Amino acid sequence: MTQSGVDVPPKGGFSFDLCKRNDMLIQKGLKAPSFLKTGTTIVGLIFKDGVILGADTRATEGPIVADKNCEKIHYMAPNIYCCGAGTAADTEAVTDMVSSQLRLHRYQTGRDSRVITALTLLKKHLFSYQGHVSAALVLGGVDITGPHLHTIYPHGSTDTLPFATMGSGSLAAMSVFEAKYKEGLTRDEGIKLVAEAICSGIFNDLGSGSNVDICVITKGHKEYLRNYMEPNPRTYVSSKGYSFTKKTEVLRTKITPLMERVEITEVGEAMEE
Amino acid sequence: MSIFEYNGSAVVAMVGKNCFAIASDRRLGVQLQTIATDFKRISKIHDRLFIGLSGLATDVQTLYQRLVFRHKLYQLREERDMKPETFASLVSAILYEKRFGPYLCQPVIAGLGEDDKPFICTMDSIGAKELAKDFVVSGTASESLYGACEAMYKPDMEAEELFETISQALLSSVDRDCLSGWGGHVYVVTPNEIKERILKGRMD
Repeated sequence: MTQSGVDVPPKGGFSFDLCKRNDMLIQKGLKAPSFLKTGTTIVGLIFKDGVILGADTRATEGPIVADKNCEKIHYMAPNIYCCGAGTAADTEAVTDMVSSQLRLHRYQTGRDSRVITALTLLKKHLFSYQGHVSAALVLGGVDITGPHLHTIYPHGSTDTLPFATMGSGSLAAMSVFEAKYKEGLTRDEGIKLVAEAICSGIFNDLGSGSNVDICVITKGHKEYLRNYMEPNPRTYVSSKGYSFTKKTEVLRTKITPLMERVEITEVGEAMEE
Repeated sequence: MSIFEYNGSAVVAMVGKNCFAIASDRRLGVQLQTIATDFKRISKIHDRLFIGLSGLATDVQTLYQRLVFRHKLYQLREERDMKPETFASLVSAILYEKRFGPYLCQPVIAGLGEDDKPFICTMDSIGAKELAKDFVVSGTASESLYGACEAMYKPDMEAEELFETISQALLSSVDRDCLSGWGGHVYVVTPNEIKERILKGRMD
């Protein structure tokens, strides 16, 4: 691709052609860029009828909050969802890629996807990149064999657990789970416990914040409760708004009118032989 | 010094009522020396879609050329313009492809989608999309821009009020950043027209 003059859309996968230039810039003393991370508290637990996943909604770029309401619970299959922590681009790309692979697999086999299929696809990808694709995931779903909950680490190792937490707020959330989890929780008890664990991450961990997202997956049914709890509303909005006394000085203005989109309808009849 | 501070930049986009505004500064520098005061950071992809790129200037221009190329191919195949959401996914894929040797720029995408609904989003240098309903910022002045926009933004502003708000937010933020400034370039796009204005700012 570096030799040809035409920029043809590539076949897929990573391309490394700017690495040499970027290394040269770093050697000259310029620091590498920081990526958008989801500092995060993500949790999952298995209750009586299925799996509940929870996540906070803060995305950070260094110490700055870049997104106050991002979505960390990603769709994998109608019966499988995955929460992602780590580098935001990596979690989004890896979950999108495995979601597409699962869909193609469903078309080929004619069956619903199983959670261990998603697990194996994810861990193979992450292991092959030796941890450089920095995605820490909590994968949960209900398939024909029952409810499953797994954690996947950036280097490719996995755990199968009844309750799990990941991310910078994982210790805060795990303390809530260890104290209050029991087997055979009902749906409402499970949601309450997950919300409490995420809130514990939001209030005690600086990398997590804003709202609580929850996803409840049971056999044949799922419920995505976006912004289930909003414990951090903005309370200081002034009703008057901002008014500017001094207007900005404009040097030049150029107005381009946009053409109305014209509908062309066929007039006349088609030619006949 | 970070790679993003080599050239200096500030880009911001805001959503209004059936319209959007995208603004950038105009300085191009080599670390602390200014070499141009009319650098174009915001480019038009089609009549209802703009992209502003902050970061290393060479990657800004290269990435813009690649994106225009891909959009032209899309227009030839599909016989229509790309929707802003689709374009954002395209940019994200092009940036993530270079995950381990990335383009050193952060795009801000702003466009009018179906039913003239405004769409804005920003990404980090490896394509992590951040969709927002109010405003997005990028560049060396981004920390000041976050603060200024958070304070000045109101939902559902009309085009003229939106222009005033985004210009005030941009100029007050770049005044606190040595590496960006020297005026502003603001595009306000409604379903009927594109208004492009050059602002007078502090020239230091």
